[in-house]
Amino acid sequence: MSETPQPLYAPQEPIFPRRVTGFFRTFKWWIMAVTLGIYYLTPWIRWDRGPALPDQAVLVDLANRRFYFFWIEIWPHEFYFVAGLLIMAGLGLFLFTSALGRVWCGYACPQTVWTDLFILVERWIEGDRNARVRLWNAKWDVKKWRLRLTKWIVWLVIAVATGGAWVFYFTDAPTLLRDLLAFEAPIIAYTTIAVLTATTFLFGGFMREQVCIYMCPWPRIQGAMMDDDTLTVGYREWRGEPRGKKHDDTTGDCIDCMACVNVCPMGIDIRDGQQMECITCALCIDACDDIMARIGKDRGLIDYLALADEPRERAGNPPRPIWHHILRTRTVIYTTLWSLIGALLIFALFIRSDIDLTVEPVRNPTFTTLSDGSIRNTYLVRLRNKLGEPREFRISLRSDALLRLELEGSDQRIITVAPDSTTQQRVYVIARPQDPAASIDRTDLRLWVEDVNSDARASRDTSFNGKANP
Amino acid sequence: MADKKNDIDETSGIETTGHNWDGIKELNNPLPRWWLWCFYLTIIWGVGYTIAYPAWPMITGATSGVLGYSTRAEVAQDIARFDEQNSALETALADADLTTLAENEELHRYAVAGGAAVFRAQCSQCHGSGAAGATGYPNLLDDDWLWGGDIENIAYTIRHGVRNETDFDARWSEMPAFGDILERDEIDGVVQHVLAISGQDHDAELAATGAEVFYDQCSACHAEDGVGNRDLGAPNLTDAIWLYGSDVAALTETVRNARFGIMPPWGERLGEADTKAVAAYVHQLGGGE
Ligand code: SF4
Ligand code: SF4
Repeated sequence: MSETPQPLYAPQEPIFPRRVTGFFRTFKWWIMAVTLGIYYLTPWIRWDRGPALPDQAVLVDLANRRFYFFWIEIWPHEFYFVAGLLIMAGLGLFLFTSALGRVWCGYACPQTVWTDLFILVERWIEGDRNARVRLWNAKWDVKKWRLRLTKWIVWLVIAVATGGAWVFYFTDAPTLLRDLLAFEAPIIAYTTIAVLTATTFLFGGFMREQVCIYMCPWPRIQGAMMDDDTLTVGYREWRGEPRGKKHDDTTGDCIDCMACVNVCPMGIDIRDGQQMECITCALCIDACDDIMARIGKDRGLIDYLALADEPRERAGNPPRPIWHHILRTRTVIYTTLWSLIGALLIFALFIRSDIDLTVEPVRNPTFTTLSDGSIRNTYLVRLRNKLGEPREFRISLRSDALLRLELEGSDQRIITVAPDSTTQQRVYVIARPQDPAASIDRTDLRLWVEDVNSDARASRDTSFNGKANP
Repeated sequence: MADKKNDIDETSGIETTGHNWDGIKELNNPLPRWWLWCFYLTIIWGVGYTIAYPAWPMITGATSGVLGYSTRAEVAQDIARFDEQNSALETALADADLTTLAENEELHRYAVAGGAAVFRAQCSQCHGSGAAGATGYPNLLDDDWLWGGDIENIAYTIRHGVRNETDFDARWSEMPAFGDILERDEIDGVVQHVLAISGQDHDAELAATGAEVFYDQCSACHAEDGVGNRDLGAPNLTDAIWLYGSDVAALTETVRNARFGIMPPWGERLGEADTKAVAAYVHQLGGGE
């Protein structure tokens, strides 16, 4: 027991992850290549949508309030697609977390991917773990300055490219690149790039594990989705202990080489058991498998384990098969919900017509009496044309009652809507005084619009208010 | 509770805060030092912020901040920016020929939207927010117009008003109060005649005598057949639309004491562009001719 109280604040312990090779490392290089590739290249993919619309495949057009994703175009009133995708992303994370623990953290989180990239650069320039530890302890001479500055400059280039790629999602990429280079781009583009450059540089280069341990809320939430069947990275303590260099019958398989500790980007020792800091990046598995191969032991002293298997393994039985852990009520529920929402979204996408029609009956006043005693109702009809060319729509009325349809400002029944825009038209429905609809409180009717040049059509139900009977 | 300083959690080797809930203890993990620096930074930022922006309350207001920022100035700027953006349309509207306004789609849309806003602010008190009017205040949605329903006439009425004494060019006419001129039964007859020509239930005998009185007294303005005269603002008495009601009591009141609806002139208050905008708005409500 210590007499002096422990300090309130702790300095950041430097971590020098060693290079490691193996199955999981290779897999992670691939993930890095693919995710970074997607991130940097997506804005440059072109997609022809006709002359009036942008030709960028993926574009968040905030100014015109449109979201383009290849063949899909989403208008603000269809934001539920985005909401649905976000819910699916959330459920997907729940599913993966409950099955495989913090896989998101270990493999796909930008913080992990970019930190990996930054460490790779660090290793190229400053050497592997031992060289870096030496450099850390060395005095600030010319060599140290040279190495550090080179590293920082390369990091900075990556950081600028990261922030730079982000802004291309929001406007035409080639134009913006030209403007950026000519210093003619809007100030907000430069500000965004500057902020993202700073965060990338800081988080990937210096903050690293601190982001995961102290700043990120996700690990706190993840705990709620894991249980004894969740596969996480763990140490087969019953096989490894007592650890020791001697390597004979009195010791377990762990030769205490510290390989697993030296490769850990979080700077922890997995042999102490599951810990809050562990992002399950699986690099210690690769490191340990490598050692086991060298001393002629089976792989998997450190491995993906489920807590539920521990008693069995301690008793000398093999662990249960993986599917047994993955297929359980929780994951099945997550998968079902996930697929359900996915199916609903796809369904909604297919039944979505390219005419969008809203009919708003004017209720102030509910009806107008005309000089010949006719009763007239007014409707505000809003028509959206989601295509790249102007379209003409014929509007018509279906009702059991005798009613007449008229358009404000036109003798015809045709409404022209400019490309990629919305038009509002006042539409009148009139009942002659002698017809029943004029004196009945409420008559149902349906307004149809059809594209004059194609068979696209849409309809809305609404009602007609007559003079309430005195 | 255990003595705070000496209680060390066994598993983690970390001191606890001494708080203990049914055996669950709270670890006193140290915060990272960079967190502390961030905290200091926010304090410095906060001080800088109160110097740069309006912050400290004083007796007559708040300190104005060295950047001279003000939300009011920002709003004024925004308004100026919108005015600037719209100035081309605004001038075009002021100079526009109303009869061909609808052909210029952009300008027409601008006029209708602007007119709607002005209408809600200035006209809705009498004519209603939906322009349906009220007793004594004309309904602007229907196809019956006292002074004419083409866009030029609507604009004229808005510009100069009706029966007001402020505008020399106001629409003007005055119906005499026939209570001083006609006998009681003559008035009853005229009322029945009006009921008859507008297709309502009436007393045929009285209506027949009223027809003669109507011919003598009323037809000069309302025309022999009662269809009215827009030059004089004399309403059509044969249709289904009644500004003051169509029952015997309301009609008798009208004939005996006359009516004198007033509308102020808006031309000067609104300016040319807004006057035209309101005209364009009213014209497209369904009754425009
Ligand atoms: S803890 Fe947060 S920042 Fe770190 S890897 Fe996981 S999700 Fe990413
Ligand atoms: S303990 Fe292993 S899995 Fe966990 S963060 Fe460290 S290296 Fe990755």
